Parts: sequence; structure tokens; C-alpha cells
Amino acid sequence: MTAYAYFPGCSAHGTAKEYDQSTRSVCAKLGIELQEIPDWVCCGASPAHAVNPLLSLALVAKNLDLSPSEQIVTGCAACFNRFKTAMDTLQHDRPLWEQVKQIVQPSKLNGREFRIAHLLEVLCDDFGIDNLKGQVTKPLKGLKVACYYGCLLVRPPKVMAFDDPDNPTKMDELMKAIGAEPVNWEFKTECCGAFHAVPHPEIVLRLTDRILQAAKDAGADVISVACPMCQINLDLRQIDLKKRGKTFDVPVLYFTQLLGLALGINENELGLDRLIVDPKPILKAKELV
Amino acid sequence: MARIGVFICHCGENIARTVDVAKVRDALAKHPGVVHSVDYRYMCSAPGQELIREAIKERGLTGVVVAACSPHMHEPTFRKACALAGLNPYLCEMANIREHCSWVHDDREKATEKAIELVRFLVEKVKRNRPLMPIRVPITKRALVIGGGIAGIQAALDIANGGYEVILVERQPSIGGHMAQLSETFPTLDCSQCILTPKMVEVRQHPNIRLLTYSEVEDVKGYVGNFEVTIRKKARYVNEEVCTGCGACIQRCPQKRIPSEFDRGLGRRTAIYIPFPQAVPNIPVIDREHCAYFRRGGCRLCEKECPRGAIDFNQQDQLITEKVGAIVLATGYDLIPSDLYSEYGGGRYKDVIDGLQFERLLSASGPTNGEVLRPSDGKEVKSVVFISCVGSRDRSKGIPYCSKICCMYVAKHAILFKHKVHDGQAFVFYMDVRAAGKGYEEFVRRAIEEEGVVYLRGRVSKIYQQDGKLIVRGVDTLSGVPVEIPADLVVLATAIKASDGVTELAQKLGVPVDAHGFLSEAHPKLRPVETQVAGVFLAGACQAPKDIPDTVAQASGAASKVLSMFAQEAIEREPTIAKVNEQTCVGCFECQRVCPYRAIERKEIRDRQGNLVKVVAYVNPGVCAGCGACTVACRNHSVDLEGFAEEQMFAELNAIVAA
Repeated sequence: MTAYAYFPGCSAHGTAKEYDQSTRSVCAKLGIELQEIPDWVCCGASPAHAVNPLLSLALVAKNLDLSPSEQIVTGCAACFNRFKTAMDTLQHDRPLWEQVKQIVQPSKLNGREFRIAHLLEVLCDDFGIDNLKGQVTKPLKGLKVACYYGCLLVRPPKVMAFDDPDNPTKMDELMKAIGAEPVNWEFKTECCGAFHAVPHPEIVLRLTDRILQAAKDAGADVISVACPMCQINLDLRQIDLKKRGKTFDVPVLYFTQLLGLALGINENELGLDRLIVDPKPILKAKELV
Repeated sequence: MARIGVFICHCGENIARTVDVAKVRDALAKHPGVVHSVDYRYMCSAPGQELIREAIKERGLTGVVVAACSPHMHEPTFRKACALAGLNPYLCEMANIREHCSWVHDDREKATEKAIELVRFLVEKVKRNRPLMPIRVPITKRALVIGGGIAGIQAALDIANGGYEVILVERQPSIGGHMAQLSETFPTLDCSQCILTPKMVEVRQHPNIRLLTYSEVEDVKGYVGNFEVTIRKKARYVNEEVCTGCGACIQRCPQKRIPSEFDRGLGRRTAIYIPFPQAVPNIPVIDREHCAYFRRGGCRLCEKECPRGAIDFNQQDQLITEKVGAIVLATGYDLIPSDLYSEYGGGRYKDVIDGLQFERLLSASGPTNGEVLRPSDGKEVKSVVFISCVGSRDRSKGIPYCSKICCMYVAKHAILFKHKVHDGQAFVFYMDVRAAGKGYEEFVRRAIEEEGVVYLRGRVSKIYQQDGKLIVRGVDTLSGVPVEIPADLVVLATAIKASDGVTELAQKLGVPVDAHGFLSEAHPKLRPVETQVAGVFLAGACQAPKDIPDTVAQASGAASKVLSMFAQEAIEREPTIAKVNEQTCVGCFECQRVCPYRAIERKEIRDRQGNLVKVVAYVNPGVCAGCGACTVACRNHSVDLEGFAEEQMFAELNAIVAA
């Protein structure tokens, strides 16, 4: 298998360390080679394209220029979205592309065709669900999982071309492959409130409350996510919700952590202890750790 | 010697403003072969035509060129004027110095020069025109109507009442179409069945109508006035001659849980079934796919039960060949599948249904006997949300067009719901309300103002289930707030599309379809019921989404076209068609391959002893549309187009090159 250029994204160095850790562990176990893009820069996240669209494009172009491979993978849904939308914009607007080149002064971009993939695509499509099944040593039997995709993975649908924008199933397929039971629920791509957590926490509380409630109503033991922003909103906000009298205690894990468990990776290498809502009790109850 | 007359029209100011008509007149007067050159303010007016007629008689003209507008506008006018003066109409040509010259140029001098050239080369062409006689094609005075919905029923009845035979073909076991599924009709709320079934019965009893249900058109050959159609009459496994429609077989059938197509899956039927009680003909069919006998042998309970011995498991499909002179296509519409929208549940929610399903819930003969009950649990519906434009006007779903009838039937649904559930609440999400029709706007106002239906202008972004309700999340753009409505039932006004299989049928007939599968009319304004194929007409929603009044009007329009055709002894067609030189034709049939009208046939040339000499191409004058594709394809110039012969075209070209 070819090596992927790995773009961890800023959260991988902070709030989502366990996502980065479990991603690296899982890929190592499966023999998927990740080469971190040397000296990578921020993708621009939500603020850049809102404040200075040109900057947001230049940041992506810079990272492409730095990439050791044309196949780039990231676990962060926001980085994935930024890369994909910026690449789409630049592809369809040649004058803008020339302008961005002036800013970035790329040295290695010429003639290279890049593909940005989310880790879910690399695992489910490139590596393949069937191959994945063959690697499972500890199927997550009896664990009911609500797969939460968030909005950035799937929208805008034409650009992201990831999955059905309203009822994606890629992560559900992966959960099935590792022996877990994905639940049917309707909030898979509901907005978690994203960065409104900072200026308008009450909005995020309302939205996460609804998502958590829906997952619980659907009978989920845990929520599986593929985005650091979704994870922190759903996990951390449970503390505030508890203060308001709504206790969920639904662990919110990265799908890589669940996958790691099924592949028999030691839980210490998956960063389970970094989660706010402790997943151990439910995992122990299901005899998975 | 040619004696050509040139008549230059000012078209008021339209031509004269940009083209110096006097200069054109004088230039042409000097052109070889032109013996008469005049200009006039309005050549198409009665005095203008009189100028032409007089000149033909007095100057003994052998050809006429009228320099005026496009031949699309007035060629028939001037050709008729020539014919009245005794000149063969095909010796008259038009030079288009309006659309091709004065309207598109502003340099007067250059435009005048161009006009002179345009007229000159038409003069060169006319010198080589030959008198042509219209082609007369005999007519089989019997019509085929394909589709037994209200469009086909109306067209068939009108033609039959005009005194001609009609074969009405319907692929379902009964005629009636979608109209038979409707509860009430807008804007008068009269019962759909009550106004439709008398017409269905009339079709069945009409001495001039031969009804073939459960049948499909397999092949069409021939041309206007002389079509030969092959119809597959599918095996019903019930002898139509013997069956009385008593229904004993249906009572006895053990397979009772098959989703009913007529009730759009909300009701159940048996394997031997009549789609609905008022079906015409009232004769059951056996659904092979679900019949216990056909699946695994045995059973045959219907056969034992039938007092008339009408069940015939050995029946085979029958192929019927018929000659007809005209064909009316009335193949109707379908709805797009409602699972196209994953944000509305993508088919996962039983209580999200489409408009036709709601018609069945409202219908007294429907699966709930007219009570509005939820398909999921049979509970009474207290709140219902209607969403219009589901698919329609949504480019992302590939449907940019408006389905036209939804605004009205949504208003009707909401009103009927309020009539049935007095304490119920009905909400309508809409983009705009399009109620252009007699009594339509009043009907929508009635829904809003008198019946208390809540209209919300905005789209629905998501439907999800919570506590046994469907939560409809949308936006009310007039008050600018997001809204969430807990509903018992959601009805999607899904887009109208052309019926399945219509494209294949259109291909058999050579009728073009548009980008969305609807059949194309010959002209969007002036020939709305005709197709490009002579003798094939359109009625109803197969051409575009249409409501019942429009459909009936178009069906009667199509019928009147058929009747006016049948009123003639033969059809007159333009003689400007292709002609094969049988002496030089080598029979390669390249022309046959390129002909879009399938007008080219094989003709055997035999000597006096009857020995085959060769096979050559033959252009069927009844079919050829004179497009000229064959003349270009022919390698040794054995095909020529009457009225546009190579000699004429080259004369025109030479005149251009010489200039």
C-alpha cells in the first residue's frame, strides 16, 4: 500500500490528542503508512475563510506544496472540508489560483494532482471493509453505537462527495465490520454548534442536548465521531448539561478508538483516559476492556 | 427563357429602414432573366398579393421571388397567390431580407448590398425550379389511442363519436389511469370517480371502440395514414368472453397480502384481482408473480370456485397486428419516488407518503374507507404537514421544471383533511403558490382564509421521528423564524415525471422526447397536440405536467386533429421530398442508415420475365420529411431533394461566389 501524507490538524496537538494517537496506532496495526506533512501549517479552520478567503486558500495551497505525497489523509472533518473546498475553488478559478501561487510561491506543486481523503475513506474504501473485517480480533459484540458524522464531512454535498449528505452510512458500515451494532437514528449530520461553543455556548448546549437525547433514545451505548470539534462539543458539554439537570453519561469516542479496541490494540495506546465521559464502565460491562 | 418577377417588400419600416428597397428593385431589374421588379409597402397585404397575381398574368412570369420576411411566415401566402394566378406554387420562392438582413444589420449601404445578393441567388434558384404537385397519401380511417387514463379516454370517445373506429390500448388491467385513484378534484371538489366512471363505461360500450387492456404496443411500422401496429395482449389467465366479473375467484384466493398498486402500497390485494371496484373491464387478472399456482403449483382454488369455468392457466400472450391511420399518445405520468429525499426520511418513515397515497387515504373506496389514518399504526391523523415542490424546481435532483398541479392538489388535500378531521390541523410548506387557472386562486384563498389551513412560506430541511410523531423542521421565511411542527402524517408533493417506458415507445414511433422524458410537441405554441411525426398526436401529461381540465382539452384537441385528417379522402403532403434515381442507385443503403424518419425502403427492380435485376432505395412519400440527410449521404448522388435539388443549390452557391 502506498504511503499517505498525514495532515493531523491543530486539534491533534491539543484537545484531540487521543484522536491522533489512536489514528497512528490503528494505521500502524493495519500497515497503512502515514508520513506527517513536514512543517505543516494550520488549514485556516473556520475563521480564515470567513475573514480572509484568500488566506484560507493560500494556507491549503501551502500544505499541498509541503506534502510528500499526492494522497493526503486527515482525520479532522474541518481540515478535510477546508482542503476539499479550497481545492475545488482553485480548480474552477484559474485567475484566483494564479493569485494564490503568487502568495505561496510553491516549489513542488507543478503538475501534481492531489487527493484529500478523510481517514474514514482511507479505511472503508482504500483499505476496504472486507479487509478490515479480517483484521478484527476483538469484535465489539453487543456495543450499540450511534455514528455521528457532523456537518463538515458531508456538506456541501457536491464538493465533499463523501456519502449521502443526510443519511451517511460509511461509519455505520465500519462499525458493523468490527462487530458493533450501529443504531438507526436521525441526527447523524445534525449541527453540534461547532465554534459557537465560544461566543454562544447556550446555542451549543441546546444543539448537543438534542443530539445526545436522540442518541440515547435510539438506544446507543456510545457515540462514535470523526471530528474533533464534534467530539469536544458532545463530550465536554455533558458537564454543563449535567449542571442543568440533564445527565446523559454517554461516552463520545473517536471511531479510531473503537476500531483500535476491535483490532486488539492496548487501550493505553488509544487515549481512552483522555475522554471526559469515561467509556470504561460501559466497555467493561460489555466485556470489551 | 426564364421570365422571373421580383417583388420587394418594405415590411413597413422593418426592411425599408435599413435596406434601400428602391436600389434593390433597380439592381434586380437589370439581373438576367428578371422581367419585372417592383417594391411595395406590405407585400403580404391583399393589394400586395394582387400585384403579384397581376404581374404573373400580364407579364407571363415563369417564376416569382418575393423578397420579404422568413419563408416560415408567409411562404404559403405567396405560393397561394401564385397558384391563384395559374403559376405552380413551387415556382415561387422567398428571399429573407428581414430576419437575415435588415433586422440584424445597421449599416444601410452594406445591408442593401447584402439584400441584393440574397434576392439574386434566389432568382438563380427559381430559374431552375420545376413545377411540383402535392403528394396524396391514402388514409386508413381508424385510430390507435395509447393509454387509457382520462386523456386517452377523452380522445378515444371524441374520435369514436365522430364516427371512426378507435383501438384503445391500456397496459394496466383497467382503464381509468391516475384519475381513478383520486378522491375529489379541484377546484370544485366533485368526486373524481363519479365524473370519470361514466366515461369509462361509455368507452366499454361504444360500438366504435375496441378496448385492449393489459396490453402494450410492441411495434409500430408505416407512416401517416398507414401505420401498422403490433400490440401484445398479455395473458390475463381469465377468459374475457366467459367471465362475468362475479368476484368469486377473488374471495377464494388465499394470497391476500399483496401490496395493491392501485392503493399505492397502502392497501392489499389478492393474486387474482380487479384493481378497483369500478374497473373497466370488470374482469380479473392473475398476477403470475404472486399466484401460488404459478409459484409452486397446486392451489388453483380460483379455478375450482369459478362458476363459469373462466380461469385459464394455459392462456398465452397474444400478438395482435392492426392497421391504423393516426395514433394518439396519452401515456400519462408517474410521480418520482419519494425516497429520493433522504432528509425527508428517504422512504424509511411509513407516515411520510406522497400525494397519490394521500388521495387513496381520502378516498371512500380506499384502504381506510376514507378515514385519514396513519399507515404505520392506523391511528387517526390529527396534524398533517404538506410539503410542496418535493423534486419539482430542484435542480439538484435534476428536475428544474414546475409540476404545475401540486399547488392545487395540496390545497385540496388540506381542505379535504379539514372536512374529515374537524379538530385537525393542516400545515403547508410552499415556495410560492401557483394557482393560475379558472377558480384556482379562489380555491387556495378558501383553504387559507375559510378552512384554517396554515400556509408557511419556506422549505423543510429535515423530518425526524420523536415520541411517535414526525418532527418537521423548516423555516417560515415570512416571519423569519425556524419552525418545528410535530405531525402525525407528512404528505410530499413529489414531482411529476413521464411514465416509465415512454421513451422506448417514443423511439418506436420516432417521436422526440425532451430532456426530462416528456414527449415533444411539434411547436410549443402553435402545434401543441401534434408531434414531428405526421399522424402522431399527443394528449395529456405525457407532454408536460397537466391537470384534468387541460388534459381533457388537449385530448379533445388531438381527437379533432385526427377527425379533420379522417375527414379527407387522402392526405396532402408537401412534395419537397427526396427522390431516388433508380438508374444510378447501387443499393448501398447508406441513405437508409442516416434517415431519421425511416422513410427509405428497399425496392426490387425486375425485368419483364420477373428476374431480379437489382435492389434500389425507395423513398416512401408518405413518410419523407424532406430533411435532405440522404442526399448528403448518397455516394454517387443518386438521391436528390425535390425543390432543393443539387442543381438549384449550386446555382444559388454560384451566384454567391460570383458576387
